[in-house]
Amino acid sequence: MTFPLLFRRPRFSGHSHLVAWRNADVYFLAWKTDFLPPLLEPILWLVAIGYGLGTFIEDVEGVPYAEFLAPALLTLTALNASFFECSYGSFVRMYWQKTYDAIIATPVALDDVILGELLWAATKSVINAAIVLGVIAAFGLVHSWLILLALPVVFVAAFAFGAVGILTTSQAPNIDAFNYPMYLYVTPMWFLSGTFFPLTDELPPAFHFLAYTFPLTHATRIARGLNQGLITDDLLNSFLWLVLVGLVLTLLSINAMRQRLIK
Amino acid sequence: MEPALELDGVTKVFRTWDGKEFNAVDGVTLRVPRGQLFGFLGPNGAGKTTLLRLIHAFWPPTRGRLRVLGYDPATQGGELKARIGVAPQDNNLDPDFNVRRNLTTYARYFRLPRAEAARRADELLDFVGLKDKRREEIDTLSGGMKRRLVLARSLINEPDLILLDEPTTGLDPQARHLVWDKIRELRRRGTTILLTTHYMEEAELLCDDLVIMDGGKIHVQGRPADLIAKHVGRDVLELAFHPGSTPSVEDLRRLPGAADARIEIHADRAFVYHDDVESIAHQAKARFRLESSLVRRAGLEDVFLRLTGRQLRE
Ligand SMILES: Nc1ncnc2c1ncn2[C@@H]1O[C@H](COP(=O)(O)OP(=O)(O)OP(=O)(O)O)[C@@H](O)[C@H]1O
Ligand SMILES: [Mg+2]
Repeated sequence: MTFPLLFRRPRFSGHSHLVAWRNADVYFLAWKTDFLPPLLEPILWLVAIGYGLGTFIEDVEGVPYAEFLAPALLTLTALNASFFECSYGSFVRMYWQKTYDAIIATPVALDDVILGELLWAATKSVINAAIVLGVIAAFGLVHSWLILLALPVVFVAAFAFGAVGILTTSQAPNIDAFNYPMYLYVTPMWFLSGTFFPLTDELPPAFHFLAYTFPLTHATRIARGLNQGLITDDLLNSFLWLVLVGLVLTLLSINAMRQRLIK
Repeated sequence: MEPALELDGVTKVFRTWDGKEFNAVDGVTLRVPRGQLFGFLGPNGAGKTTLLRLIHAFWPPTRGRLRVLGYDPATQGGELKARIGVAPQDNNLDPDFNVRRNLTTYARYFRLPRAEAARRADELLDFVGLKDKRREEIDTLSGGMKRRLVLARSLINEPDLILLDEPTTGLDPQARHLVWDKIRELRRRGTTILLTTHYMEEAELLCDDLVIMDGGKIHVQGRPADLIAKHVGRDVLELAFHPGSTPSVEDLRRLPGAADARIEIHADRAFVYHDDVESIAHQAKARFRLESSLVRRAGLEDVFLRLTGRQLRE
């Protein structure tokens, strides 16, 4: 990787949506299997952790544990969808299927392809989050209509999640290479972002510092606040942080991919 | 109108695994007028595919200047790609879609309206004889069918310039003739076609003009018939000797009529290129212990082997 080139200004031709569209077509061709995980997973989490384990836990931040957990299931789903789509999914398309090679022989440029991959990952995150939203609503865990605003938040956060996937794809010699971001980024983020327990003041400062570098922490705070019908300055700051990190990571991932593919 | 292709000192440098630089394409200067069917021949690794990738703005050249259909690939890649069709050497069909959907999805990248995309997809499937396979998944196609589908896909935008990288490799004779017919039909319509192939009879049959490349450089350029006449003459005499009794080039040259022939010896075989080899064949039979002798018309393959040698490339 040549460092300064990572900040090169991308050149879009306005065709990214065609790439997202292609991926969406593939998704909807197999929708019967695609819909299942986001439907079943949150139910399992809710039953096992929210209610099962939750009965041993007193109220958290003034709400029962299951209700505390519910908004996090939305953002966790987005993290999963986006990261997997842009790591394993993108690697297969780029490396095995040569789908990118085929597309960039058309007026769609490589920068559009990568942005399109992220656009689709974000869209898929929203689809999955909407399914989860339906599940938690069915469990009676939705408190405020404002939770619907969590869907656009998830869309934005998905860029930060997905771009890390694309960055790894740009460096991956083979598909096993994704173990690194899985264990160094996704899994820690999954558990430590105030998802399963609140980021209280008793936790050490280093923990706080780490947690607040994770996009998932910010997305989860926002979702939780929205479910309580709150929009505070704090939450707006978290949203701005997500936008900023999403933009920077998107830029880096596009340029890293360009360096891999354009010899 | 500007020529289809103008290359001036085009060079592409790659790095090997140990960091050494080498020129995969080395100072190629070339002009191809519109409407021609132009061939690129050369041994494995000669740089044909790399050159085609530079032409369709897939990679930027390290040095040199290109103009393709009057566009500069470096700055007008999008406009250029809208007018080019590419059938790459490795079939990169989309395995997530069936046959017909591969074409309609590809059409969308060119922003063709849905109805038009459907019309062209059906027409092209007919054109390459895959109509009955339109609902099949890509994985279920045979190698030759995939090649034909790639050809169809390269035509979806009705291009002015088509790049066919080994379009007939792996095809059975029927399919090959079908593809040849299609290529000629496209040429008749005035489309410029750049073609790479390892089949010399194919190049001889199809190409108006061609180059033979080796080591990234162009060795010769010309019409197939002219190249044959210039580099090998009309006929070839192939002599196979009994092991251990192979004469030297000088011995052969002393045969009456062979003084100005081009002669090559490989192992226990000799190749004599000349406009009249019949009498030389006669003399050789009388003078040497031959296992066999064969007189045949010279072809492009002889030119190719003469110019690029008979050794295998790494
Ligand atoms: N992406 C790449 N990175 C590094 N080297 C490459 C790359 N692509 C091709 N090369 C090298 O460039 C040289 C030319 O390869 P190219 O594929 O252009 O040959 P070719 O003439 O098409 O051969 P063939 O007849 O086997 O298809 C080869 O030495 C090859 O190893
Ligand atoms: Mg090649």
